[in-house]
Amino acid sequence: MMAETFILIPGRTSKQGCGISEGKFKEKYQSEIYTLQVSPADMERLGLEKGDMVRLQGEHGQVEVAVAPAKKDELPEGLLFIAYGEISSRLMGGDTHGTGMPTSKGMDVELEVLK
Amino acid sequence: MATAPTEAAQEQIKIVTDATCTFCGCVCDDIDLTVQDNRITEAKRACVLGKAWFFSHEIEDRPSCLIDGQPASLEEGYDRSAQILTEGRFPIIYGLSDSPCEAQRVAVSITDWIDGTIDTTTSVCHGPSGMAFQGVGEVTCTLGEVMNRGDMIMFWGSNPAESHPRHFTKYSLMPKGLFTPNGRKDRTCVIVDVRKTKSAKAADLFIQIKPRRDFEALWTLRALAKGVSLDAQEVERQTGVELAVWQDLMERMKACKFGVIFFGMGLTMTRGKHVNSEALLALTRDMNAFTRFVAKPNRGHGNVTGADNVVAWRTGYPFGVNHARGYPRFNPGEYTTSDTLARGEADCGMTIACDPMANFSQPAREHLASIPFIALDAQETPTTRAATVAFTVATYGINTGGTVYRMDDVPIPLRPAFDSPHPSDFEILSQIEMRVRQIQGVRA
Repeated sequence: MMAETFILIPGRTSKQGCGISEGKFKEKYQSEIYTLQVSPADMERLGLEKGDMVRLQGEHGQVEVAVAPAKKDELPEGLLFIAYGEISSRLMGGDTHGTGMPTSKGMDVELEVLK
Repeated sequence: MATAPTEAAQEQIKIVTDATCTFCGCVCDDIDLTVQDNRITEAKRACVLGKAWFFSHEIEDRPSCLIDGQPASLEEGYDRSAQILTEGRFPIIYGLSDSPCEAQRVAVSITDWIDGTIDTTTSVCHGPSGMAFQGVGEVTCTLGEVMNRGDMIMFWGSNPAESHPRHFTKYSLMPKGLFTPNGRKDRTCVIVDVRKTKSAKAADLFIQIKPRRDFEALWTLRALAKGVSLDAQEVERQTGVELAVWQDLMERMKACKFGVIFFGMGLTMTRGKHVNSEALLALTRDMNAFTRFVAKPNRGHGNVTGADNVVAWRTGYPFGVNHARGYPRFNPGEYTTSDTLARGEADCGMTIACDPMANFSQPAREHLASIPFIALDAQETPTTRAATVAFTVATYGINTGGTVYRMDDVPIPLRPAFDSPHPSDFEILSQIEMRVRQIQGVRA
């Protein structure tokens, strides 16, 4: 399957927030930051099921994560969501464009299905 | 069959009323804690994030000090820390968003003594908004005013249902205020975001915009506020939303009595960054030609607002402040930590209550791992594991007191629940400061 371009949005989830307090090395936090939410329509089109592995290649790095369908209409097609942390940070570049803030949301990524 | 606590056990139970939760910027100070055997077993009124915060911060069974991964005495840790900081040519101090103001002050002092650079997690949160405040200005108010007066509540690029779970119920949507006696029924909620977040369920109007087009959407509203005619096709192409929707929103905004726009990382972390925040603040300012309108950034951590305040008192600037010339200089992009690390400029550092080894870009993390640095944290994190000197600290608001600032710049005292054998941030930083001054030949 050819890689497809998506827009990635890392962000806070309450599960990730709880995981920060409970311990970043524990399973709850680790599984949350490794799980990529994909719209149900994109999941179906790409032949993905929950738990399948995909590679996200960005301009500055790549990660391999497990997918899960987003609930109902929470995500439009073409958009991906992941709880922010050590995994999403690997896709951030060092350039902050003179602001101090690296581009951390709305990054273009190439998604490749690994299964 | 469960049995009632014994008398001895009952005596061990302590109730702390009106404790302050410092997980997020809501800084709820109405939490009643039940404490038993140095653990919090109940946190009345705390949200899911607050409960995790209170229940998880037990006394860490770890040494208070590690040097190169090995247990060491606190004295050795303080000495080594002062040595690291005074031997560097470009020392950086970063973090502070989960420390009380009293400790933040000492961190600024140390930065001054060592001609270093101090930066806080603001730089990767609402730092761009801080730049926008300087450029445009902030028309704002306290959360109490929002509760009492706000009848048009907007959220832009912010998902409080997951990041600030009590925001709606305690401050912005549900409470019955002086001029909003019917609570939710007196308010209209508008949420603007690139995805339909869990917060959108609370909205009367949800507007889904194109990713990376927040500036265009805000500028469209500014144009509508000023009566500028717009090309409908171009607006829809740029924002992903029909012009009629923006026109309807503008009419609602003009018709309200007290409008509020809360905004979040959806603006600061994406294309445009500070310019997005500027656009929102400018829109807020524009709306005051018609009615009362305010804006407020939703701050993520318990005392990141305190860090802005303390660093601003002491240096004149809120974050990203360099002292290398003997006076404070502010320049985001030059003195902010993502940059001083990613460009390989910092040659030593201290991280306080933050986790850059988890949350920074790869070049920044690789460089941090290559320089000697000190880490202060209540828990073990990727950053403490990589540090030359790692201090396990008592948790602020649970083990130690002090002052924190809520997201609306209201100072709130902490009411700790139980003691910890680990030292506080304040204690550690004070000891390091004393040794820095001794090394510099100044009698402490």
